[in-house]
Amino acid sequence: MSQPAVEAAGVWKYFGDYPALREVSFQLRGGECLALLGRNGAGKTTLLRILAGLSGASKGAVKIHNGDVRASETRARIGWLGHAIGLYDELSARENLTAFGALYGVSMAAIQEWLERVSLNHVADSPVREYSRGMRQRLAVARAFVHAPDLLLFDEPFTSLDDKAIALLQSLLSEARANGATIILSTHQIREAMELASKVALIERGQLAHFGPRTEAMLGDPSYIYRTFGTAA
Amino acid sequence: MTILRHASAIAIKDLRSEFRTKEALNGALSFSIVILLMIAFAFDTGAELVSDYGGGILWLAFTFASALIVNRSFARELPNDCIDVLVSSPASGAALFLGKSIASFLLLVVIESICLPVFGVFFNVTWWRNPSQLALVVLLGSWAMACMGTVFSALTINLRLREVMLPMLMYPMLIPAVLSAMTLTNYLMQPGPLPPDYAQWMRMLVGFDIIFTTLALALVETILVR
Repeated sequence: MSQPAVEAAGVWKYFGDYPALREVSFQLRGGECLALLGRNGAGKTTLLRILAGLSGASKGAVKIHNGDVRASETRARIGWLGHAIGLYDELSARENLTAFGALYGVSMAAIQEWLERVSLNHVADSPVREYSRGMRQRLAVARAFVHAPDLLLFDEPFTSLDDKAIALLQSLLSEARANGATIILSTHQIREAMELASKVALIERGQLAHFGPRTEAMLGDPSYIYRTFGTAA
Repeated sequence: MTILRHASAIAIKDLRSEFRTKEALNGALSFSIVILLMIAFAFDTGAELVSDYGGGILWLAFTFASALIVNRSFARELPNDCIDVLVSSPASGAALFLGKSIASFLLLVVIESICLPVFGVFFNVTWWRNPSQLALVVLLGSWAMACMGTVFSALTINLRLREVMLPMLMYPMLIPAVLSAMTLTNYLMQPGPLPPDYAQWMRMLVGFDIIFTTLALALVETILVR
Protein backbone atom coordinates (compact mmCIF):
# COMPACT_ATOMS: atom_id res chain seq x y z
CA MET A 1 0.00 0.00 0.00
CA SER A 2 1.27 3.49 -0.86
CA GLN A 3 2.43 5.97 1.79
CA PRO A 4 -0.24 8.38 3.04
CA ALA A 5 -0.02 11.88 1.55
CA VAL A 6 -1.04 13.43 4.88
CA GLU A 7 -0.70 11.82 8.26
CA ALA A 8 -1.65 13.39 11.59
CA ALA A 9 -0.89 11.24 14.63
CA GLY A 10 -2.19 12.28 18.06
CA VAL A 11 -1.92 16.01 17.37
CA TRP A 12 -2.54 18.35 20.31
CA LYS A 13 -2.26 22.11 20.22
CA TYR A 14 -2.38 24.28 23.32
CA PHE A 15 -2.83 28.05 23.41
CA GLY A 16 -1.72 28.68 26.97
CA ASP A 17 -3.69 26.11 28.99
CA TYR A 18 -6.48 25.85 26.43
CA PRO A 19 -6.33 22.77 24.17
CA ALA A 20 -7.38 23.98 20.71
CA LEU A 21 -6.76 20.50 19.28
CA ARG A 22 -7.04 17.23 21.19
CA GLU A 23 -5.53 13.99 19.93
CA VAL A 24 -6.37 14.53 16.26
CA SER A 25 -5.35 11.56 14.12
CA PHE A 26 -6.16 10.78 10.49
CA GLN A 27 -4.58 9.75 7.21
CA LEU A 28 -5.25 10.83 3.64
CA ARG A 29 -3.92 9.19 0.49
CA GLY A 30 -2.91 10.95 -2.73
CA GLY A 31 -5.90 12.13 -4.79
CA GLU A 32 -8.27 12.27 -1.81
CA CYS A 33 -10.24 15.40 -0.91
CA LEU A 34 -11.18 16.01 2.72
CA ALA A 35 -13.94 18.43 3.66
CA LEU A 36 -13.07 19.67 7.13
CA LEU A 37 -16.26 20.85 8.83
CA GLY A 38 -16.98 22.36 12.20
CA ARG A 39 -18.46 25.37 13.97
CA ASN A 40 -16.48 28.60 14.43
CA GLY A 41 -13.63 28.05 16.89
CA ALA A 42 -13.77 24.25 16.59
CA GLY A 43 -10.09 24.05 15.57
CA LYS A 44 -10.26 23.75 11.77
CA THR A 45 -7.89 26.62 11.05
CA THR A 46 -5.49 25.54 13.80
CA LEU A 47 -5.30 22.07 12.25
CA LEU A 48 -4.77 23.47 8.75
CA ARG A 49 -2.02 25.79 10.01
CA ILE A 50 -0.22 22.86 11.63
CA LEU A 51 -0.51 20.84 8.40
CA ALA A 52 0.91 23.82 6.44
CA GLY A 53 3.86 24.14 8.83
CA LEU A 54 2.75 27.59 9.98
CA SER A 55 2.37 26.45 13.55
CA GLY A 56 3.91 23.60 15.50
CA ALA A 57 1.92 20.85 17.22
CA SER A 58 2.24 20.87 21.04
CA LYS A 59 2.12 17.06 21.03
CA GLY A 60 1.89 14.46 18.29
CA ALA A 61 3.29 14.50 14.77
CA VAL A 62 2.33 15.55 11.27
CA LYS A 63 3.89 14.06 8.16
CA ILE A 64 3.37 15.15 4.59
CA HIS A 65 4.39 12.52 2.03
CA ASN A 66 6.23 10.86 4.90
CA GLY A 67 8.42 13.96 5.34
CA ASP A 68 8.78 16.70 7.92
CA VAL A 69 6.30 19.48 7.21
CA ARG A 70 8.97 22.16 7.83
CA ALA A 71 11.38 20.63 5.29
CA SER A 72 11.84 22.89 2.27
CA GLU A 73 11.07 20.05 -0.19
CA THR A 74 7.80 19.31 1.62
CA ARG A 75 6.68 22.94 1.66
CA ALA A 76 7.41 23.25 -2.07
CA ARG A 77 4.57 20.70 -2.56
CA ILE A 78 1.99 22.61 -0.51
CA GLY A 79 -0.48 25.17 -1.85
CA TRP A 80 -1.86 27.32 0.98
CA LEU A 81 -4.90 29.57 0.91
CA GLY A 82 -5.85 30.99 4.30
CA HIS A 83 -8.64 33.26 5.53
CA ALA A 84 -6.86 36.27 4.03
CA ILE A 85 -5.76 36.42 0.41
CA GLY A 86 -2.00 36.55 1.05
CA LEU A 87 -1.31 39.19 -1.61
CA TYR A 88 0.41 42.58 -1.60
CA ASP A 89 -2.08 45.37 -2.34
CA GLU A 90 0.54 47.75 -3.72
CA LEU A 91 1.83 45.22 -6.29
CA SER A 92 0.08 44.14 -9.47
CA ALA A 93 -1.30 40.64 -10.07
CA ARG A 94 1.70 39.81 -12.25
CA GLU A 95 4.18 41.16 -9.67
CA ASN A 96 2.47 39.20 -6.88
CA LEU A 97 2.59 35.93 -8.81
CA THR A 98 6.18 36.65 -9.90
CA ALA A 99 7.25 37.34 -6.30
CA PHE A 100 5.72 34.14 -4.92
CA GLY A 101 6.53 32.11 -8.05
CA ALA A 102 10.23 33.00 -7.64
CA LEU A 103 10.27 31.08 -4.34
CA TYR A 104 9.06 27.94 -6.17
CA GLY A 105 11.04 28.40 -9.41
CA VAL A 106 7.88 29.03 -11.46
CA SER A 107 8.39 30.25 -15.04
CA MET A 108 6.90 33.49 -16.43
CA ALA A 109 4.96 31.39 -18.94
CA ALA A 110 3.21 29.54 -16.10
CA ILE A 111 2.39 32.87 -14.42
CA GLN A 112 0.88 34.20 -17.66
CA GLU A 113 -1.11 30.98 -18.06
CA TRP A 114 -2.59 31.31 -14.55
CA LEU A 115 -3.46 34.98 -15.07
CA GLU A 116 -5.47 33.87 -18.10
CA ARG A 117 -7.07 30.91 -16.28
CA VAL A 118 -8.45 33.15 -13.54
CA SER A 119 -9.47 35.81 -16.11
CA LEU A 120 -7.21 38.55 -14.73
CA ASN A 121 -5.02 38.98 -17.77
CA HIS A 122 -6.63 42.29 -18.74
CA VAL A 123 -5.83 43.84 -15.32
CA ALA A 124 -2.59 41.94 -14.67
CA ASP A 125 -0.50 45.12 -14.36
CA SER A 126 -2.88 47.11 -12.15
CA PRO A 127 -2.28 47.21 -8.39
CA VAL A 128 -4.27 44.61 -6.45
CA ARG A 129 -5.75 47.38 -4.24
CA GLU A 130 -7.86 48.41 -7.26
CA TYR A 131 -9.42 44.93 -7.64
CA SER A 132 -12.87 43.89 -6.51
CA ARG A 133 -13.15 41.32 -3.71
CA GLY A 134 -13.90 38.52 -6.15
CA MET A 135 -10.92 39.41 -8.36
CA ARG A 136 -8.62 39.42 -5.34
CA GLN A 137 -9.92 36.00 -4.32
CA ARG A 138 -9.38 34.64 -7.85
CA LEU A 139 -5.81 35.95 -7.80
CA ALA A 140 -5.29 34.28 -4.41
CA VAL A 141 -6.48 31.00 -5.94
CA ALA A 142 -3.99 31.44 -8.81
CA ARG A 143 -1.25 32.14 -6.26
CA ALA A 144 -2.05 28.89 -4.43
CA PHE A 145 -2.06 26.85 -7.66
CA VAL A 146 0.75 28.49 -9.64
CA HIS A 147 3.51 26.09 -8.53
CA ALA A 148 1.41 22.95 -9.23
CA PRO A 149 1.30 21.75 -5.60
CA ASP A 150 0.27 18.19 -4.79
CA LEU A 151 -1.24 19.09 -1.40
CA LEU A 152 -3.78 21.91 -1.32
CA LEU A 153 -4.74 23.33 2.09
CA PHE A 154 -7.62 25.76 1.67
CA ASP A 155 -9.29 27.58 4.54
CA GLU A 156 -12.76 28.89 3.61
CA PRO A 157 -11.89 29.16 -0.10
CA PHE A 158 -15.48 29.81 -1.28
CA THR A 159 -15.96 32.88 0.91
CA SER A 160 -16.67 36.05 -1.09
CA LEU A 161 -16.62 34.24 -4.44
CA ASP A 162 -19.49 34.73 -6.88
CA ASP A 163 -21.17 31.77 -8.62
CA LYS A 164 -18.84 31.92 -11.61
CA ALA A 165 -15.74 32.02 -9.42
CA ILE A 166 -17.03 29.14 -7.27
CA ALA A 167 -17.51 27.06 -10.43
CA LEU A 168 -13.96 27.97 -11.54
CA LEU A 169 -12.47 27.02 -8.17
CA GLN A 170 -14.40 23.74 -8.12
CA SER A 171 -13.16 22.87 -11.60
CA LEU A 172 -9.56 23.73 -10.65
CA LEU A 173 -9.80 21.58 -7.51
CA SER A 174 -11.38 18.69 -9.46
CA GLU A 175 -8.61 18.92 -12.05
CA ALA A 176 -5.92 18.98 -9.34
CA ARG A 177 -7.52 15.94 -7.69
CA ALA A 178 -7.68 14.09 -11.00
CA ASN A 179 -3.94 14.78 -11.35
CA GLY A 180 -3.31 13.11 -7.98
CA ALA A 181 -3.27 16.14 -5.67
CA THR A 182 -4.57 15.75 -2.13
CA ILE A 183 -6.96 18.47 -0.97
CA ILE A 184 -8.10 19.57 2.47
CA LEU A 185 -10.87 22.17 2.53
CA SER A 186 -12.08 23.82 5.69
CA THR A 187 -15.46 25.37 5.00
CA HIS A 188 -18.92 26.33 6.20
CA GLN A 189 -20.25 26.06 2.64
CA ILE A 190 -21.04 22.39 2.92
CA ARG A 191 -22.84 21.94 -0.41
CA GLU A 192 -19.87 23.17 -2.48
CA ALA A 193 -17.38 21.15 -0.43
CA MET A 194 -19.42 17.94 -0.62
CA GLU A 195 -19.38 18.03 -4.42
CA LEU A 196 -15.59 17.71 -4.28
CA ALA A 197 -15.01 15.68 -1.13
CA SER A 198 -14.17 12.00 -0.97
CA LYS A 199 -13.78 12.11 2.82
CA VAL A 200 -15.48 14.22 5.48
CA ALA A 201 -14.21 15.20 8.92
CA LEU A 202 -16.22 16.95 11.60
CA ILE A 203 -14.20 18.70 14.26
CA GLU A 204 -15.80 19.77 17.54
CA ARG A 205 -14.03 21.54 20.40
CA GLY A 206 -10.69 20.45 19.00
CA GLN A 207 -11.59 16.76 18.64
CA LEU A 208 -12.42 14.75 15.55
CA ALA A 209 -16.10 13.87 16.06
CA HIS A 210 -16.24 12.08 12.71
CA PHE A 211 -13.84 11.02 9.99
CA GLY A 212 -15.02 8.89 7.10
CA PRO A 213 -16.02 8.71 3.47
CA ARG A 214 -18.52 11.13 2.04
CA THR A 215 -21.90 9.45 1.60
CA GLU A 216 -24.89 10.17 -0.61
CA ALA A 217 -26.85 11.30 2.45
CA MET A 218 -24.27 14.05 3.11
CA LEU A 219 -24.47 15.20 -0.50
CA GLY A 220 -28.22 15.76 -0.42
CA ASP A 221 -28.52 17.30 3.04
CA PRO A 222 -25.95 19.89 4.15
CA SER A 223 -26.87 19.66 7.84
CA TYR A 224 -26.87 15.85 7.90
CA ILE A 225 -23.33 15.54 9.21
CA TYR A 226 -23.94 17.96 12.10
CA ARG A 227 -27.20 16.21 13.03
CA THR A 228 -25.76 12.71 12.80
CA PHE A 229 -22.26 13.05 14.22
CA GLY A 230 -22.27 16.38 16.04
CA THR A 231 -22.77 16.75 19.76
CA ALA A 232 -22.79 20.54 20.00
CA ALA A 233 -25.52 21.16 17.42
CA MET B 1 22.57 28.55 -3.43
CA THR B 2 18.81 28.10 -3.01
CA ILE B 3 18.93 30.31 0.07
CA LEU B 4 20.48 33.15 -1.96
CA ARG B 5 17.89 32.73 -4.74
CA HIS B 6 15.06 32.86 -2.22
CA ALA B 7 16.65 35.77 -0.31
CA SER B 8 17.09 37.82 -3.49
CA ALA B 9 13.44 37.15 -4.51
CA ILE B 10 12.27 38.37 -1.09
CA ALA B 11 14.58 41.42 -1.18
CA ILE B 12 13.39 42.38 -4.69
CA LYS B 13 9.75 42.01 -3.62
CA ASP B 14 10.31 44.15 -0.50
CA LEU B 15 12.16 46.88 -2.42
CA ARG B 16 9.48 46.91 -5.14
CA SER B 17 6.75 47.26 -2.47
CA GLU B 18 8.66 50.01 -0.68
CA PHE B 19 9.46 52.05 -3.78
CA ARG B 20 5.78 51.73 -4.79
CA THR B 21 4.47 53.14 -1.48
CA LYS B 22 7.59 54.93 -0.10
CA GLU B 23 6.04 54.58 3.37
CA ALA B 24 9.23 53.81 5.29
CA LEU B 25 11.61 55.63 2.96
CA ASN B 26 9.89 59.03 3.12
CA GLY B 27 9.34 58.80 6.88
CA ALA B 28 12.89 57.71 7.69
CA LEU B 29 14.53 60.23 5.35
CA SER B 30 12.57 63.22 6.56
CA PHE B 31 12.98 62.15 10.20
CA SER B 32 16.76 61.83 9.95
CA ILE B 33 17.09 65.19 8.16
CA VAL B 34 14.92 66.85 10.83
CA ILE B 35 17.16 65.38 13.56
CA LEU B 36 20.28 66.78 11.85
CA LEU B 37 18.57 70.14 11.38
CA MET B 38 17.40 70.32 15.01
CA ILE B 39 20.86 69.50 16.37
CA ALA B 40 22.43 72.06 14.02
CA PHE B 41 20.08 74.76 15.35
CA ALA B 42 20.00 73.64 18.99
CA PHE B 43 23.75 73.55 19.63
CA ASP B 44 26.59 75.86 18.78
CA THR B 45 28.42 73.30 16.68
CA GLY B 46 31.79 74.83 15.98
CA ALA B 47 34.37 72.98 13.89
CA GLU B 48 36.08 71.60 17.01
CA LEU B 49 32.87 70.21 18.49
CA VAL B 50 31.83 68.60 15.23
CA SER B 51 35.18 66.86 14.80
CA ASP B 52 34.68 65.31 18.26
CA TYR B 53 30.93 64.61 18.08
CA GLY B 54 30.12 64.56 14.35
CA GLY B 55 30.08 60.76 14.21
CA GLY B 56 27.70 60.67 17.16
CA ILE B 57 25.32 63.18 15.56
CA LEU B 58 25.37 61.33 12.26
CA TRP B 59 24.80 57.85 13.73
CA LEU B 60 22.07 59.17 16.01
CA ALA B 61 20.15 60.20 12.87
CA PHE B 62 20.95 56.89 11.15
CA THR B 63 19.87 54.82 14.16
CA PHE B 64 16.51 56.59 14.44
CA ALA B 65 15.98 56.16 10.69
CA SER B 66 16.82 52.46 10.96
CA ALA B 67 14.00 51.84 13.46
CA LEU B 68 11.48 53.23 10.97
CA ILE B 69 12.91 51.16 8.12
CA VAL B 70 13.12 47.81 9.93
CA ASN B 71 9.75 48.32 11.57
CA ARG B 72 8.15 48.03 8.12
CA SER B 73 10.22 44.96 7.28
CA PHE B 74 7.82 42.37 8.73
CA ALA B 75 4.88 44.77 9.27
CA ARG B 76 4.64 44.84 5.46
CA GLU B 77 3.62 41.17 5.59
CA LEU B 78 0.71 41.68 8.01
CA PRO B 79 -2.04 43.00 5.70
CA ASN B 80 -3.72 40.03 3.98
CA ASP B 81 -1.59 37.59 6.06
CA CYS B 82 1.22 37.53 3.47
CA ILE B 83 3.55 36.28 6.20
CA ASP B 84 1.69 32.93 6.19
CA VAL B 85 2.29 32.51 2.48
CA LEU B 86 6.00 33.25 2.92
CA VAL B 87 6.40 30.92 5.91
CA SER B 88 4.55 28.10 4.13
CA SER B 89 6.72 28.54 1.01
CA PRO B 90 9.95 26.56 0.47
CA ALA B 91 11.99 29.63 1.48
CA SER B 92 13.64 28.89 4.82
CA GLY B 93 13.49 31.24 7.78
CA ALA B 94 17.14 32.08 7.08
CA ALA B 95 16.34 33.07 3.48
CA LEU B 96 13.44 35.18 4.67
CA PHE B 97 15.66 36.91 7.25
CA LEU B 98 18.46 37.44 4.74
CA GLY B 99 16.14 38.84 2.05
CA LYS B 100 14.48 41.24 4.46
CA SER B 101 17.81 42.32 5.95
CA ILE B 102 19.22 43.03 2.48
CA ALA B 103 16.17 45.13 1.54
CA SER B 104 16.36 47.13 4.81
CA PHE B 105 20.13 47.52 4.39
CA LEU B 106 19.76 48.94 0.87
CA LEU B 107 17.03 51.35 1.99
CA LEU B 108 19.24 52.50 4.86
CA VAL B 109 22.16 53.05 2.49
CA VAL B 110 19.92 55.23 0.28
CA ILE B 111 18.95 57.34 3.31
CA GLU B 112 22.55 57.60 4.53
CA SER B 113 23.81 58.64 1.08
CA ILE B 114 21.37 61.56 1.18
CA CYS B 115 22.01 62.42 4.85
CA LEU B 116 25.81 62.57 4.58
CA PRO B 117 25.96 65.61 2.25
CA VAL B 118 23.13 67.25 4.24
CA PHE B 119 25.19 66.71 7.39
CA GLY B 120 28.22 68.27 5.65
CA VAL B 121 26.21 71.37 4.73
CA PHE B 122 24.43 71.83 8.11
CA PHE B 123 27.59 71.36 10.19
CA ASN B 124 30.15 72.69 7.71
CA VAL B 125 32.20 69.48 7.94
CA THR B 126 34.61 67.92 5.47
CA TRP B 127 33.28 64.37 5.75
CA TRP B 128 34.99 62.96 2.63
CA ARG B 129 38.60 62.87 3.88
CA ASN B 130 38.67 59.03 3.74
CA PRO B 131 35.79 58.19 1.40
CA SER B 132 36.47 54.46 0.98
CA GLN B 133 37.02 53.93 4.73
CA LEU B 134 33.92 55.95 5.56
CA ALA B 135 31.88 53.95 3.05
CA LEU B 136 33.08 50.73 4.70
CA VAL B 137 32.07 51.97 8.18
CA VAL B 138 28.68 53.14 6.90
CA LEU B 139 28.06 49.78 5.18
CA LEU B 140 29.12 47.72 8.23
CA GLY B 141 27.12 49.89 10.63
CA SER B 142 24.07 49.77 8.36
CA TRP B 143 24.25 45.98 8.09
CA ALA B 144 24.39 45.74 11.91
CA MET B 145 21.22 47.85 12.19
CA ALA B 146 19.43 46.04 9.34
CA CYS B 147 20.33 42.57 10.63
CA MET B 148 19.53 43.22 14.29
CA GLY B 149 16.43 45.24 13.40
CA THR B 150 15.04 42.50 11.13
CA VAL B 151 15.27 39.92 13.93
CA PHE B 152 13.43 42.20 16.35
CA SER B 153 10.94 43.15 13.63
CA ALA B 154 10.10 39.41 13.30
CA LEU B 155 9.89 39.07 17.10
CA THR B 156 7.55 42.03 17.54
CA ILE B 157 5.39 41.44 14.45
CA ASN B 158 2.30 40.41 16.45
CA LEU B 159 2.63 42.98 19.23
CA ARG B 160 0.14 45.84 19.36
CA LEU B 161 2.84 48.30 20.48
CA ARG B 162 5.48 47.06 18.08
CA GLU B 163 6.47 50.60 16.99
CA VAL B 164 7.47 51.26 20.62
CA MET B 165 8.77 47.81 21.48
CA LEU B 166 11.05 47.47 18.45
CA PRO B 167 13.39 50.40 19.28
CA MET B 168 13.26 49.54 23.00
CA LEU B 169 14.57 46.06 22.25
CA MET B 170 16.82 46.94 19.35
CA TYR B 171 18.73 50.01 20.58
CA PRO B 172 20.37 48.46 23.67
CA MET B 173 21.52 45.49 21.60
CA LEU B 174 22.96 47.82 18.96
CA ILE B 175 25.16 49.78 21.39
CA PRO B 176 28.46 48.02 20.55
CA ALA B 177 27.92 48.45 16.78
CA VAL B 178 26.74 52.07 16.98
CA LEU B 179 29.53 52.98 19.42
CA SER B 180 32.13 51.52 17.05
CA ALA B 181 30.58 53.23 14.02
CA MET B 182 30.41 56.61 15.86
CA THR B 183 34.05 56.41 16.98
CA LEU B 184 35.31 55.29 13.57
CA THR B 185 33.32 58.04 11.81
CA ASN B 186 34.81 60.64 14.19
CA TYR B 187 38.31 59.40 13.43
CA LEU B 188 37.67 59.48 9.69
CA MET B 189 36.41 63.08 9.77
CA GLN B 190 39.47 64.37 11.59
CA PRO B 191 42.52 65.54 9.64
CA GLY B 192 45.81 63.68 10.05
CA PRO B 193 46.67 59.98 10.37
CA LEU B 194 44.23 57.48 11.86
CA PRO B 195 44.75 56.73 15.59
CA PRO B 196 46.21 53.36 16.65
CA ASP B 197 42.92 52.06 18.12
CA TYR B 198 41.15 52.49 14.77
CA ALA B 199 41.71 48.84 13.85
CA GLN B 200 40.36 47.72 17.25
CA TRP B 201 37.06 49.57 16.73
CA MET B 202 36.85 48.24 13.19
CA ARG B 203 37.35 44.67 14.47
CA MET B 204 34.55 45.22 16.97
CA LEU B 205 32.16 46.38 14.24
CA VAL B 206 33.08 43.49 11.91
CA GLY B 207 32.83 41.02 14.80
CA PHE B 208 29.39 42.32 15.75
CA ASP B 209 28.15 41.88 12.17
CA ILE B 210 29.51 38.33 11.89
CA ILE B 211 28.25 37.15 15.31
CA PHE B 212 24.76 38.60 15.03
CA THR B 213 24.24 37.58 11.40
CA THR B 214 25.18 34.00 12.30
CA LEU B 215 22.96 33.98 15.39
CA ALA B 216 20.02 35.46 13.48
CA LEU B 217 20.35 32.93 10.64
CA ALA B 218 20.29 30.11 13.19
CA LEU B 219 17.40 31.39 15.31
CA VAL B 220 14.97 33.06 12.93
CA GLU B 221 13.12 29.83 12.00
CA THR B 222 12.14 29.39 15.68
CA ILE B 223 10.83 32.95 15.78
CA LEU B 224 8.68 32.55 12.65
CA VAL B 225 7.00 29.19 13.42
CA ARG B 226 5.19 29.34 16.75
